[in-house]
Amino acid sequence: MDRFLQYAVAGLSAGRLYALVALGLVLIYKSTRVLNFAHGDVATFGTFAAFALLSRDHSFWIALPAALLAGAAASVLFYFGVLAPAQRKGATLLGQVILTIGLALILQGVVVFAFGTEPDRMPFPLSDSESRRFGPVYVSELSLGTLAAALAACVAVYLVVQRTRLGLAMRAVSENLIAAQTLGIPTRRVLAFAWATASALAVVAGLFLAPALLLDPFFMLDPFLKGFAAAVLGGLGSLPGAVVGGLVLGVAESLAGAYAGIAFKKTLAFVVIRAVLQVLTEGLLGKPFKERV
Amino acid sequence: MSALLKAAGVETLYFDRIRALSSVSLEVEQGEIFGVLGPNGAGKTTLLRTIAGLLPDQPEKGSIELAGVRIERRRPEEIARMGVVYVPEDRGLFRELTVAENLELGLWGRKGNLEATHAMFPILRERAGQQAETLSGGEQQMLALGRAMLRRPRLLLLDEPSLGLAPQMANTVLAALQEIARAGTAIILVEQNARLALRIAQRAAILEAGRIVLQGTAQELEEHPDVREAYLGVATVIAQKAWRLHRRRRRW
Ligand SMILES: Nc1ncnc2c1ncn2[C@@H]1O[C@H](COP(=O)(O)OP(=O)(O)OP(=O)(O)O)[C@@H](O)[C@H]1O
Ligand SMILES: [Mg+2]
Repeated sequence: MDRFLQYAVAGLSAGRLYALVALGLVLIYKSTRVLNFAHGDVATFGTFAAFALLSRDHSFWIALPAALLAGAAASVLFYFGVLAPAQRKGATLLGQVILTIGLALILQGVVVFAFGTEPDRMPFPLSDSESRRFGPVYVSELSLGTLAAALAACVAVYLVVQRTRLGLAMRAVSENLIAAQTLGIPTRRVLAFAWATASALAVVAGLFLAPALLLDPFFMLDPFLKGFAAAVLGGLGSLPGAVVGGLVLGVAESLAGAYAGIAFKKTLAFVVIRAVLQVLTEGLLGKPFKERV
Repeated sequence: MSALLKAAGVETLYFDRIRALSSVSLEVEQGEIFGVLGPNGAGKTTLLRTIAGLLPDQPEKGSIELAGVRIERRRPEEIARMGVVYVPEDRGLFRELTVAENLELGLWGRKGNLEATHAMFPILRERAGQQAETLSGGEQQMLALGRAMLRRPRLLLLDEPSLGLAPQMANTVLAALQEIARAGTAIILVEQNARLALRIAQRAAILEAGRIVLQGTAQELEEHPDVREAYLGVATVIAQKAWRLHRRRRRW
């Protein structure tokens, strides 16, 4: 039982990161109808910005906002410079997805060019090995920090989307772009804000994942795919669904690793997704898709 | 007096090759209700969408001026901010948001309150907390109009506002339109229901296959033999689209 709990907690820990990635993906998908394949690379980009600052002995409280800003800036530039003009020209959804792949490659190139491909340790104020004991379960400092950060990020997103005028505009734009345009709502700025928020979320995930492993330019690939899976699991159009999907996926993966062998860790998680989608075709919290008019 | 909206030689294409409007010219005065009639597929909706800037890189040819300022090929947000509001056939509501939230979005970027809106459509106050998609068709139309009016438009583009409304409700909406126009807003009113439209419009145009085939005062059109035959002939409100079944040779 203790073993089960320990693995479940470890799973939740990974799941929180998947949830952050998924949350951003869903935010972008809901607002711009684009699956953002650059999401992981935006996170990498931001994380390396933090890495550059941290390894020059800047404080974490400078590195954190700088990293969020770097990630957000990259995607806002992409949105205004590439995606919005393409959408205005009537680019197909597939074409737009390919544009995001282009962004992914560019960001990857920038990171490789600036930092090389050698794995590096990320200096970080929280340790992965120091842990606290809660009853039968050990939780590392880093994991606690991740929990706090993920919670803060989710609450912040919830408040912005549900409680502010800008969030209201985001919901409006995501539901009916044309109506929002004809009301004079600055839809492009609203959408750029959605991209920025989503990217900042991904950077948070990257920042708190990096210290647990060695940092290299491709370290976000796996969490990106997991976040993607989590978003689908939660029902691609639902923000709470993304969070639930991420947590479920993290736990499923961790337990699979513990009881079915490490080799099955990833496979089994996807079997779970397959099984869920078999029963709930719209995902855990998704709504049946309604064509937008 | 020079017209508020002046469209000249407007030509709109879909996919760069399907011509939906050819050399459409019209002028609408401030405070005027201008009716646009025509069969299905004539290009009425396309005309409104072209004016509202919702068709990227269209019109292909021609000019559209609002109070002397060229607006063609601008972005829809910009045109909206210049005082043009488009209410599409499906009302363009945010269906998952509440009535109050829909109205709040109508006030985007300006100060104002809902007093006048609630005075015009008291039902919207009662329904404030309800999701827009749970409103009846007539209530939705009132919400769409109320929200549009919050923007104090100079020009209101309405696509078939009477669609799906019982005669009683259609009359309520039309009365509201007359009130709106009296306050100085110009309205382009696209209607299938010619009788209804000609009753409140000062002038109107008939659009067929992307061209204006007839244009004049409401009275001129009402008395025109072809219009009587094709658009008013069988017109009871219930059989509003029945003219299609009676298509005969026409003189234009
Ligand atoms: N998005 C589109 N893509 C391609 N062609 C279109 C599109 N929208 C309209 N058309 C074509 O343009 C023409 C005019 O359509 P439009 O919707 O403007 O007609 P309408 O007069 O509003 O008809 P209705 O009375 O049925 O609403 C039609 O032939 C239609 O097939
Ligand atoms: Mg139409």
